[in-house]
Amino acid sequence: MFPLEGTASLIAAVVIGFVFGLLLHRGGVANYNVIVNQFRFRDFTVLKIMFTAIIVGGIGVLLLRNLGWAKPDIKSADMLAVVLGAAIFGVGMVVYGYCPGTSIAAIGTGSIHALVGFVGMLIGGALYAFSFPWVQTHILSVASYGRIRLPDISGVSDVAWFGILIVIAAVVFFLLERLQPRAAATSPDA
Amino acid sequence: MTDQPLSSSGPAGGIRPRRPSFLARSRWNPYVVGALIGVLSWIAFGIAGKPLGVSTSVSAAAGACLIPFAGADAVRGNAYWARHFPKWDYGMLFLVGILGGALVSSLISRSFRPEVVPAVWAERFGPSRAKRLVGALVGGVIIMYGARLAGGCTSGHGISGSLQLAVSSWTFFLTMFASGALTALVLFRSRTRA
Repeated sequence: MFPLEGTASLIAAVVIGFVFGLLLHRGGVANYNVIVNQFRFRDFTVLKIMFTAIIVGGIGVLLLRNLGWAKPDIKSADMLAVVLGAAIFGVGMVVYGYCPGTSIAAIGTGSIHALVGFVGMLIGGALYAFSFPWVQTHILSVASYGRIRLPDISGVSDVAWFGILIVIAAVVFFLLERLQPRAAATSPDA
Repeated sequence: MTDQPLSSSGPAGGIRPRRPSFLARSRWNPYVVGALIGVLSWIAFGIAGKPLGVSTSVSAAAGACLIPFAGADAVRGNAYWARHFPKWDYGMLFLVGILGGALVSSLISRSFRPEVVPAVWAERFGPSRAKRLVGALVGGVIIMYGARLAGGCTSGHGISGSLQLAVSSWTFFLTMFASGALTALVLFRSRTRA
């Protein structure tokens, strides 16, 4: 029965996308100011959402995988491409003020500059497609280790990794919630 | 959705501004939202068999935009679009869903507004609309090139990949964050006055 196929799968795409878009908006991350202020360490909404999603999602998906109800979908560790791409991505995220997913959500909330930036994303996607043959031979193949996971290279089990992540999250979130009121008080609100 | 009233014009009142119902509130607690996105990823993996992801379909959409000018064969002739030929598949409809979800969410919470120059940008670069739109366009080009080179974005790598403990995705997450913080440091040098 699962995974869904055909029309049911396409309906699921719209429904899951709809909920994702709604959550991005309600989470406050379909907003330029919130995203840029994360990178200025003035607003930690992005990290709070992402880290909670990774831990809650990760434990559930681990369980689904062990039950045989979900298949892993790991992107290849083509390390040169990932590091270069991520570095470029970080620049783009601060200049644009959105990431690809939140930009589409922002367009839904009426952001005109997100829409203009979406045209930029189409251009960027096309530039990548044009450069792909070169990138494939010169960058994607460098330091390529395949579909590896942290448990594979560390010898630390999945469960232990989530234990570590929960401890890190608990400490970071606790400190953020303790420090935030003071940080907000010192921010120059006119 | 239930048949609860969307905006509480009811009995609240008092000194503080009345607290709107959960559905009408434009911001939810970030931990709650993060947890719900986590639960959504269970559904995405378990029921749809497809992780949450955005940038693959955006670059496929770029190919779709070229078809009227260059023709479908030319687009298919490209080594990248040959693998990711634009079509109304799961990934593309997922994007339509995001747009719809955010639209409905912002309308219900009355936070839909056409924004051209956001406050944080205006504070640093001034109120010029042209300047912001050029910035957004350039930023869009950069971010999508980076996303495709890295093999994913904040959704595909940042959430779906990281939650599976993929080495590529955690490398993406940490590098992207460091690069973004450095960029913000350069672009928004804080000119704090005592």
